[in-house]
Amino acid sequence: MKSLPITIDSVSKAYGAYVALDDVSLDVQAGEFLTLLGPSGSGKTTLLMALAGFVRPDSGKLLLGDRDVTRLAPNKRDIGIVFQNYALFPHMSVLANVEYPLALRKTPKAEARQRALDTLARVKLEGLSERNIAALSGGQRQRVALARAIVFEPRVMLMDEPLSALDKNLRETMQYEIRRLHDDLGITTIYVTHDQREALTMSDRVAVMNSGRIQQIDTPQRIYDRPSTRFVAEFMGEANIVPPGSVRRVDGADASRETVMIRAESLHLDAKLVGRNGVALEGILRAKAFRGENWLLTLALDGGQEVLVCIPAALAGGCAELVVGQRVTAYAPAEKVHAIPGAIA
Amino acid sequence: MLDAYPDNRLALILLWGFSALVMAFLMLPTLVVVPLSFSASDLLEFPPRAYSLRWYENFFGSATWMAGLRTSLILGTLTATVAVPLALLACISINRLGGKAALAIQGVLLTPSIVPGILLAIGLFFVLAAQGLVGTLFGVLVGHVVLAIPVACIVLLPALARFDWNQVQAARSLGANWARAIGGIIVPQLRLSLLSATLMAFLTSLDESVISIFVASGRNSTLPKLMFLSLRDQIDPTIAAISTLWTAIVVVVVLIVTLRQRS
Repeated sequence: MKSLPITIDSVSKAYGAYVALDDVSLDVQAGEFLTLLGPSGSGKTTLLMALAGFVRPDSGKLLLGDRDVTRLAPNKRDIGIVFQNYALFPHMSVLANVEYPLALRKTPKAEARQRALDTLARVKLEGLSERNIAALSGGQRQRVALARAIVFEPRVMLMDEPLSALDKNLRETMQYEIRRLHDDLGITTIYVTHDQREALTMSDRVAVMNSGRIQQIDTPQRIYDRPSTRFVAEFMGEANIVPPGSVRRVDGADASRETVMIRAESLHLDAKLVGRNGVALEGILRAKAFRGENWLLTLALDGGQEVLVCIPAALAGGCAELVVGQRVTAYAPAEKVHAIPGAIA
Repeated sequence: MLDAYPDNRLALILLWGFSALVMAFLMLPTLVVVPLSFSASDLLEFPPRAYSLRWYENFFGSATWMAGLRTSLILGTLTATVAVPLALLACISINRLGGKAALAIQGVLLTPSIVPGILLAIGLFFVLAAQGLVGTLFGVLVGHVVLAIPVACIVLLPALARFDWNQVQAARSLGANWARAIGGIIVPQLRLSLLSATLMAFLTSLDESVISIFVASGRNSTLPKLMFLSLRDQIDPTIAAISTLWTAIVVVVVLIVTLRQRS
């Protein structure tokens, strides 16, 4: 199966005064797993629906490979789509659902049946082919939706929050399985989610969206450690945005002149854990909470700024003894202190 | 509903009594023609003094009545065949458009069911006259389709509102064009509503008399038109026999459809 690169070139879409997509450009490589991540209303689903052919952009171009599909009918795009609510056909059996795209392509009956059964086996639904959709659990429906979207060997896959209806454990299993399926088939995939952990776990690259714009496109690690905007920093996890002057170097050298981001889990109470280039933050302990795998401490810096410190339970020898109101110094290694250009804390 | 008064016998009796009265009020005018139709007399009289089947013989033996019956059944079938697909497509676009445009289209579509039939009939007469279509089966069909579309829409709109549109998008993404998505995904799932809409459209045409009186003529006269003419020219119990048969047919059709929907 040959997968295709996707090119999104300056695509805009407005609904009246509301701008859903604001000049979005994005290149997805053939075989890549890219996630569009953002809060609701950020434009990620609109972008996905534009690629699917259900939303016509006001301007800009969409290309699959070299082919301009901006104005192509959805049924001619050969894109496998997994919908948020699965959108299975309740009047058909599991097998008929999976055979449906093959029947539309006039695949001979016996071949269609065999391919549908093989695909159902691939998503671990052997033996359920004659079931009614209504008789399936949420996880099974999810798998039927996946099977139906890949059975006709599309060269591009789009997934719109496919796991949002599942409970936490099943979500994690399915994240792993969807990624494995992607790696087996090598289909270029765009995955939409508002769950940052899901985005980080599954993707080759993540595009963070907000207000109809792409804020940053990068590998999960760089998105997390090196956010380019304050929005990305805060959306990706417990980020402390610290103004200039609140941070001093451990070796006594100049304090930071920029606004920096330090993740809560990059901070330690033990100066030995950070090198000579590390930084220190001093403040008063406002609150502490034990969360099982870690402790969460809230410090109020001298400037009034609040900072979260997350200490893994395994390293939190002294946390239990800390008293609210006492003075505490938190340390972070230099490489975990990330300047955010243009941000004002 | 009755569960709300388990202890109060008087309220229960009153409620049942009132319900029975309403039912009787609805049913009696229809049922009163049944004994009339079996009368042996030449006049419409109630209660009849002697019984016979002569008015039924008269009906089935008359070429005019039989032509009317045939016209009505053909027209009803054609009306349902034309009106229901049109109504389905219209309802889909109303459902998809949403907002003010949808309200406007819905308003226009439902107008024929609100405008007095006589106005519609006069208007239609002039439109058809200009095309030279007065007196043709096609002319009456146009009138009946116009009346049947709102009826079918009223049945189909709520059914479409409950339908999960993502399924159509899924079908489209899997390679279905519009026609296949509608035929393969929407129609099978709206089967029962479409059946109801078809029945209602058929009955609308079967029942319609005003447009038929204005537009139909000669061989293309429908049964209700012939009945009106007959009431004007020579009152005899044939009318009662036809009404009884009519009611029986409608009851049977509705029963069959309802029972099919249940199963």
